[in-house]
Amino acid sequence: MKHFLLNVSVALLCALNLQAQDDLFDLFGEEETIDYATASFKATRIVLGQSVENPKNGNLNFMIQHQFGDFNTGAYEVWGLDQASIRLGFEYGVNDWIGVGLGRSSYNKTFDGYTKIRMIRQSKGKKVFPVTISYFGGMYYNSLKWEDPERDNYESSRLSYCNQILIARKFSDRLTLQISPGFIHRNLVATEEIEHDVFTLPVAGRVKLSQRISLNVEYYFIFPGYTADNFEPALNVGFDIETGGHVFQVYISNARGMQEPYFIAENTGKWEEGQIHLAFNLYRTFVLKRPKTFTE
Amino acid sequence: MKQLLLFGLLIIGYQAFAQKYVTKNGKIRFYSEAPAENIEAINNQVNCALDAETGNLVYKVLIKSFVFEKALMQEHFNENYMESDKFPNATFSGNLVDKASINYTKNGAYTCKIKGVMTIHGVSKDIEEEGTFTVEGKSVSGHSVFMVKLADYNIKIPGTVVDNISETIEVTVDVKLDELVK
Repeated sequence: MKHFLLNVSVALLCALNLQAQDDLFDLFGEEETIDYATASFKATRIVLGQSVENPKNGNLNFMIQHQFGDFNTGAYEVWGLDQASIRLGFEYGVNDWIGVGLGRSSYNKTFDGYTKIRMIRQSKGKKVFPVTISYFGGMYYNSLKWEDPERDNYESSRLSYCNQILIARKFSDRLTLQISPGFIHRNLVATEEIEHDVFTLPVAGRVKLSQRISLNVEYYFIFPGYTADNFEPALNVGFDIETGGHVFQVYISNARGMQEPYFIAENTGKWEEGQIHLAFNLYRTFVLKRPKTFTE
Repeated sequence: MKQLLLFGLLIIGYQAFAQKYVTKNGKIRFYSEAPAENIEAINNQVNCALDAETGNLVYKVLIKSFVFEKALMQEHFNENYMESDKFPNATFSGNLVDKASINYTKNGAYTCKIKGVMTIHGVSKDIEEEGTFTVEGKSVSGHSVFMVKLADYNIKIPGTVVDNISETIEVTVDVKLDELVK
């Protein structure tokens, strides 16, 4: 018994001594954390279409979107610079996963309202999930004068909708890819053969060229049908340029309009015929709600 | 019985001698003053440990835990400047230059030089700064303000934002270490 106690005490002391020499760093423990993928895209839009990024919690983005006219309009229109359509919008991060927005575009004098809800985030570490998934829902109100005021016109005819599931994976610091299956619904279409619902599969991606410039490309595949046969899929190629407080996106596109029903389902511009134009998005961020760490 | 007593005494004596102080919610704040914009960030989850016996002092700071007022700035900080996916932590491992200058059994404030290696953005550098240690009962509070030159740690500021970020930033460390209970 005596020997046993002696042995135990010697053993314990040795253990304690060893511990004393142990690295102090070990005291912090290695708690595994969930490491979420951040900055999959630089802005809430990849080019024209929505990215999985939301406005940050408590931040208000003021957006100016601008499209010039087509290059093929020639010297008389200074290759499109004389013409322009613009969309002004606000979007706000209600919390970390809900974003809401309002805007109006001069193209077809259309108002829009939308919400984007991030359902699950790409993560590694304690919790592993390969992609970020968000829902995007938009509603669009066309306020153009009725083409024929004499007939029965319904206010509901002015409305169209967009629903998309945005699925993105940030493969590395440099590369993010996204698919955004969804559909456009129009309450009123011009003729019988035009579909009310247009199903699309946009594919998009970004490659970072440097710390503050990335190349973004998106292509709007339209599932076979009347729209696919008679309209052009949008192909947008642009650059994100970060300048501290705001993000500037400049791009070339064949798609008219800055709202989903127009650039996805009613696009007639053809790249091969030079029906493409220069355009840009500008985001300015205002902090409306300061982070907790700063208010405490 | 004797052995047990001896054992007990040894343990007590040992513990009294090998005090360690630790915290997981220390605070580091940094501040950059530049013509265009002042930048401030706070990290409330700083790990710090002090061994009273050896005078060893270590810090481990998760870069992603720095909170900025502007979320976009925080994103830039992690993505472009600190590359926190590649270098998730900043660390300091060093010693009190004169460990006897702090009397852990007597309440009061003691000033002491700290010397060691600071690693930020994957770059290690020898530093020597001064800090204040305040002993209060079973806790020790550390406070230090020093300047960090971004270029020393290979943190590059692009020409376009040179006016927005100053070359040296002021770092304020405030930690309240509690005696480690074994």
